Amino acid sequence: MKLQKATCFALFAVLELAADPARQLSAAEIAEKYDISQHHLAKVLRDLARAGIVESARGVGGGYRFAGNPKRLTMMDVIELFEPIRPDRADGDDPRPNTDIGRALRTVLNEIDEHAQATWRSISVSTMLKIVRQRPVAVARDQTKT
Amino acid sequence: MAATADADEALRIRPAVAADVPAVIALDEEVTVLAKPAYWHDMFERYGARGRRARFFLVAERLDRLKGFVIGETRAWEFGSPPCGWIFAIQVRPKGRLKGVGTQLFNAICDRFRETGVVNVRTMLALDNITILSFFRSQGMMAGPFIELETTLESSADRT
Repeated sequence: MKLQKATCFALFAVLELAADPARQLSAAEIAEKYDISQHHLAKVLRDLARAGIVESARGVGGGYRFAGNPKRLTMMDVIELFEPIRPDRADGDDPRPNTDIGRALRTVLNEIDEHAQATWRSISVSTMLKIVRQRPVAVARDQTKT
Repeated sequence: MAATADADEALRIRPAVAADVPAVIALDEEVTVLAKPAYWHDMFERYGARGRRARFFLVAERLDRLKGFVIGETRAWEFGSPPCGWIFAIQVRPKGRLKGVGTQLFNAICDRFRETGVVNVRTMLALDNITILSFFRSQGMMAGPFIELETTLESSADRT
């Protein structure tokens, strides 16, 4: 499962804003931190605002802040806004979908997709932020071992 | 007033006793809409009654009312795995969720696992049970080094 660019940008923005819900950040600030296109991110943020996941603040120092419920909002809720996720799909670009081997490959690809989707659906923003906070500790621990 | 008293009373986690089994059966039926009395009596016999060192059947109660339970065991070398804590079941009364009952049960059984000397905890979940998947992930659990596989057995007639 490979996420499209807009989806990745959305996940960066949602997690960055949710890490401190009281804080407002502009598209430029988020884009600079993650070295991504500000223009593209601005469009993504507007989509997130339309979905009620972030809200825009006007005026001096305006920007965006997180507006969702971090324990309820899942990674999949964000992903689905930007790309279609369907179980048991048959992609138009599947090679030879009407052959025995093509169908068998699709069966295995669907199995992989099902696990990926269950994973995204089960990780809330709150859980993801715990992973974000744990990773530097885990990396430091691994570096100490080597 | 009753709701306030209920919230104020501390949750108590303790080993299950035989008298808890009817409440465990009722809670499981409330959640799964399927009564399994024989299964839960058997689980109590295997994990609660005998008091084995590495088997745990814990209940959470508040004001003498069962709010949830958890069952697990430290097992070794199945599937080639070094000793590891396994959680087989965890249930929390639906009306009592999002109040930390599941987390306290999880922490309590992890403490028991630690006492047996293990450093990993494992469980197995249905892919479509997002509620329980989300709960375990919120406790820091992630995909482990094993994968569950299964097949449907062909009938004898189909094989001939």
